[in-house]
Order: sequence, then structure tokens, then C-alpha cells
Amino acid sequence: MLDTLGNLALGFSVALSPPILFYAFVGCVVGTLVGVLPGVGPLAGISLLLPATFGLDATRAIVMLAGIYYGAMYGGSTTSILMRIPGEAASVMTCIDGYAMARKGRGGAALAIAAVGSYVAGTASVVGLMLLAPPLAAFALRFGPPEYLALLLLGLFVLAYMSSGSMLKSLAMASLGLLLGMVGIDQMSGYFRFAYGRVELGDGLGVVPVAVGLFGVAEILATAGLAMPPQVVKPRLRELLPSRSEWRESAAPIGRGTVLGFLIGILPGSAHIIASFVSYALEKRLSKRPEQFGQGAVAGLAGPESANNSATSGAMVPMLALGVPSGPIPAVMLAAMMVHGVSPGPMLIQQQPELFWGFVASMYVGNVVLLILNLPLVGLFVNILRVPYPYLYPAILVFSMLGVYAVNGSVVDVWIMLVMGVLGWVLRKLDFETAPVVLGLVLAPMIELSLRQSLAMSDGDYAIFVSRPIAAVLLGAGLLLVLLNLISFVRRGLDWRARLALAEKGEETS
Amino acid sequence: MTAERVSGVALALLALAVLEECWRLGLPRGTLATPGPAYMPTVLALALLVAGVLVAALGRNAATLGDAGWREWRHTLAILATCVFVALALERLGYRLTMSLACAFLLAVVERKGLVPALLFSAGLAAGTYYLFDTLLRVQLPRGPFGL
Repeated sequence: MLDTLGNLALGFSVALSPPILFYAFVGCVVGTLVGVLPGVGPLAGISLLLPATFGLDATRAIVMLAGIYYGAMYGGSTTSILMRIPGEAASVMTCIDGYAMARKGRGGAALAIAAVGSYVAGTASVVGLMLLAPPLAAFALRFGPPEYLALLLLGLFVLAYMSSGSMLKSLAMASLGLLLGMVGIDQMSGYFRFAYGRVELGDGLGVVPVAVGLFGVAEILATAGLAMPPQVVKPRLRELLPSRSEWRESAAPIGRGTVLGFLIGILPGSAHIIASFVSYALEKRLSKRPEQFGQGAVAGLAGPESANNSATSGAMVPMLALGVPSGPIPAVMLAAMMVHGVSPGPMLIQQQPELFWGFVASMYVGNVVLLILNLPLVGLFVNILRVPYPYLYPAILVFSMLGVYAVNGSVVDVWIMLVMGVLGWVLRKLDFETAPVVLGLVLAPMIELSLRQSLAMSDGDYAIFVSRPIAAVLLGAGLLLVLLNLISFVRRGLDWRARLALAEKGEETS
Repeated sequence: MTAERVSGVALALLALAVLEECWRLGLPRGTLATPGPAYMPTVLALALLVAGVLVAALGRNAATLGDAGWREWRHTLAILATCVFVALALERLGYRLTMSLACAFLLAVVERKGLVPALLFSAGLAAGTYYLFDTLLRVQLPRGPFGL
């Protein structure tokens, strides 16, 4: 414990230095903007702004990108509450009771509760990250290639299981992502695979053009021709303070949402979305007045909003300690860290303590910055939503193409982004999730390398995956998830994932 | 035809195309004990093939392709055409000129905003982003004729 406190002091000495404070602030502001703008989201936001960090050292760049990540989580609540448009997918549940509160004239109070809940959850979950990441990293030193392969496969199975749609379709998308990850030079033999003479494809398909295409461009293609979004409910500044009863009603849901969100965040999958949905369901079940949910229940806003922010820090635990991303956003963060010469994993905390602990401390600072930003400046952020969408989407498109081009200075990446944009648009129409594609793309080289290293270790004996206890347990857990899914398929019941899918489509309002 | 049947068949065809490409490119598959560069793509293509066939087989009662709602296709096509223009012109005309033209086309032609506001907004956006990224953040962006 004393070690942890000593390390945290080291972290604060880094995080409170003026340049780091500045970049944390910039990241939070940009992240809030990214969260407020419908259709951009944290994934595309981080991808687009990655080139802007190339001139920075690793610590500043990572602090800024992390600020964008959790800033987007905060910002997403603003549009959900005031317009019933989720700025990012995790804010879907916030729309239900947050917007109902705004319609009742309690929009200001709803924003304040969301901001305070996000702050409490964000700060408390960083404590969890701080306490859990170092022992997990120490444990991960026992991992060899078979254990890593089992862990990576488990990650894909959990993501597919947790996805709101069909597990079969999610696994198909993960396979597609893994196949996309096969493009480029084979790491073990040096053969060019599916590159067709393009030198630019030697390193494979970049995660940035694929992510921006599947998420950013696909969103624009799907929404640009649709009707205008609804009017903004504009809160007055003096309405920002919640009443005493509203504070009382929000306290316990914030606490529960924090714990739940962190635990779900550690698991692979679209943690934020699942965390907010599970928190909403839990609050409704625990409530003495469940009929108020959907009509402006404070608990229905406070719980999910805290859970999705807490999941952000939870998702950092496996990424930093194991070097294994638990979802598409941590996958892009991981790629960004590698661009800056940082290799997340068990050795990161030992070899670069300033970076790790500076990053942790900057998250504390960032949460304070976000609380300050989100309350008094809410009017300013809301005004951005008044920019007509016909002007907004060309600007987002320009940023997308600029961001993708700037990563490698290559037009090939712009073409990849376009192809992925069309693919993402079609997949959305056909009700396929695109997150497993991005995760598959990132995990593909790791999975292939671990498999071939494992087989080299065992002289080609596949029993190595079941004879080593950690690998066997992880693979067993993956198999269990497939069986669980088969059971729910045979019963053909509407399980919680199916309900989440309905909620995401806006068909479930109570 | 249901959407799931169409998508399942498309995934299966893609998987078959990957298998065919592995064979056509002459990538060594290796053995089970010592996998070669074609081993993983083959395994993944087979997994995708199985998944595609299952999606198609189980998708009998899914929504039809028409139910997906394709009303915005004209807009989508126009935006895509603009993006293709950007990809073709970026390194020939330079960043500022290409983005100004692309943005002005979207605003003035696709969105039917007035020509003057469209041109002003487009030029401002292209110049502003160029200044921010190229001048301030030192991210090199392509220049075209006359250094634009």
C-alpha cells in the first residue's frame, strides 16, 4: 500500500506539471466535443486525433488521448439529456430518463447529476485501476504464448457473447476482422499476404482507417440523408442545482453504477454499453417505484451514467497490465501507445513507472477538469449542436479524411477508410455489429504469433493449450460462453442481450 | 430474400474467395504442427464460411432486405463520390484546394445551401484545418499547384 502511495505521488508529480495539465485539459475539451457531436464517438475521435499527437512525447500524447476517451464519455450525456440523441452508444440509456427529466424542466439538474455521477465514478474507478493493474501485471508475468492465445480467444468470445445481437453474427464479424488482420507481411516467414504488390499494405491494414471508416464515415453515410434531429431543450444556468431529494435519490445508484461499471469494464466486450444497460436494469429492479422509469427517474439517469464512466477506467486495466485490449476503443488506444513507442503489458509498470503512474494521476486531474467543464460550460457545448447538420457532417468528413491521411501520409489509407465506410454502412443496415471487426483486426497478429510460438514450444502438440492450467481455464471459460449462448438459442427466450439490442434501437422505453 | 440470407451468402462467398486467393498466391499452408503463412487465413476463412452458412440457414424468418431502409442512398452515393474525388485529387491538387472543392460540392450541390456561404465555409474550413495541422502541429499535408 505504501508502495502504491509512493508511486501515486510520483504520478502526481508528473500529472501536475504544467505541460501534462495542459494536454489533459485539451484532451478533456476535445473529448467533450467529440462526445457531444452525434456520430463521432470516442473511437473515431481518438483515431482522428492520433496524428495530432505525433509531435508530442509518449506521456503527453497518452494523457491527451485518454482525456479524449473519458471526455467523450462525459460529453455523450449532454446530447442524450437535452436532445434524446446519444452522442455515443453508451449514452443510450441516459436518453430515457435524462430526456424525460429535461422535458419536465429538470434538464439542468439532470446534467448536474450526470456530471457529478460521472466524476464520482471516474475518480473511484481510477482507484480500482491503481490497485488492480500492478498485481495483475505481476501475475501476467507467468503468461507464455499459450496463455496469451487463450486470453485473446476468450476476449473475442466474451465480446461476441456480450454483443447485443446474435453471437453467431458477432463471431462472423470477428472472423472478418481477423481475416483483415492477415493482410501484409507474415511475421514468421516474411511472405506477403493479400498485398497485391502494394508496399503500403506491407504493414497490414491500419487500425485508424478501418476504425474511422467503420464508425465515423459509416455514421455519416447513414445519417446525412435523414431528417433533421429534434430541437435542443436548453437549460438555464440557475436550474443546474438538483434539489435535496434528487441528490438523495441519486447517491446510491451512483455508488452501485461505479462498482458495476468498473467490474464490467475489466471484461472484454463493449463495456460501456453493457455497463449502462445492466445498471439501468438493476436500478429499475431495486426501485420502490419502478413505474417512474422512463418518466424521469433520477436513479435511471444516475446509475447508467456513472456505470459507463466507471467502465472507462475498468477497460484500462487489461490494456495496461496485460497489453490486451478489451474492446475496440482500448484497441485503438493500444495502437496509439505503440505508435509512441510504448508497449503496454506486464513490464510497463516496472520499466516506465513515470508513464504509468503519471497516466493514472492524470485521470484524477482529468475528472476534476471535466466536472468544471461540464457544469458551467454546458451552454457553450449545447450551442455546437445548433450548427445545422448539413454544415456539420462535411466538417466531420474533412476531419476524418485529414486524420486518416495524416497517420502515414498515404492516400491508400484514405481508400481503405472509404471501403470500410461502405462496409460499415451496409453492415449497419444488415444489423451486424462492427466493433468485433476492429478488435479482430488488432488481435489478429497477436493471435497468429501466439499460436505459432506455442506450437514451436510444444513441437506441434496442441495439447499444450489444455495441459497448462491458466490456458486451460481461459479456454474453458470461452467454451462455457458458447454453450451458454447455445442454451439461450435453444430456449429462444428474450435474454438481457436481446433486450439491450431493443433498447439500442430505441424500441424499449420503459 | 431476407437480409440475413443475403449477408450469410455474401460472407460465405467472401470466405471462398479468400481460400481461392490463398491457393492462387501459392502461400505455403504448412502442417498442423508447423503452420505456414496460409494456415491462419485458411482456418479463419473456414470459420467465416461456417458462420456465413449458419447465418444464411438460420435467417429464414429475419427481416427482408428492403426492410433495412435504403432511402438515403442518393445522399450516400453523392458523399461517396465526393470522398473518391478527395482520394484521387489530394496529392495532385493539394489539401486546401481539394477539401475546399469537396466541401463546397457537398454544401452547394448536395445540401443546396447558397453558393456564397458554401464557398466561404469550405474555404474557411480547409484553410483553418490546414493551419491547425500543418502549420501548428507540423503534420505534413500535400500542397498542389501554386503552393496551395
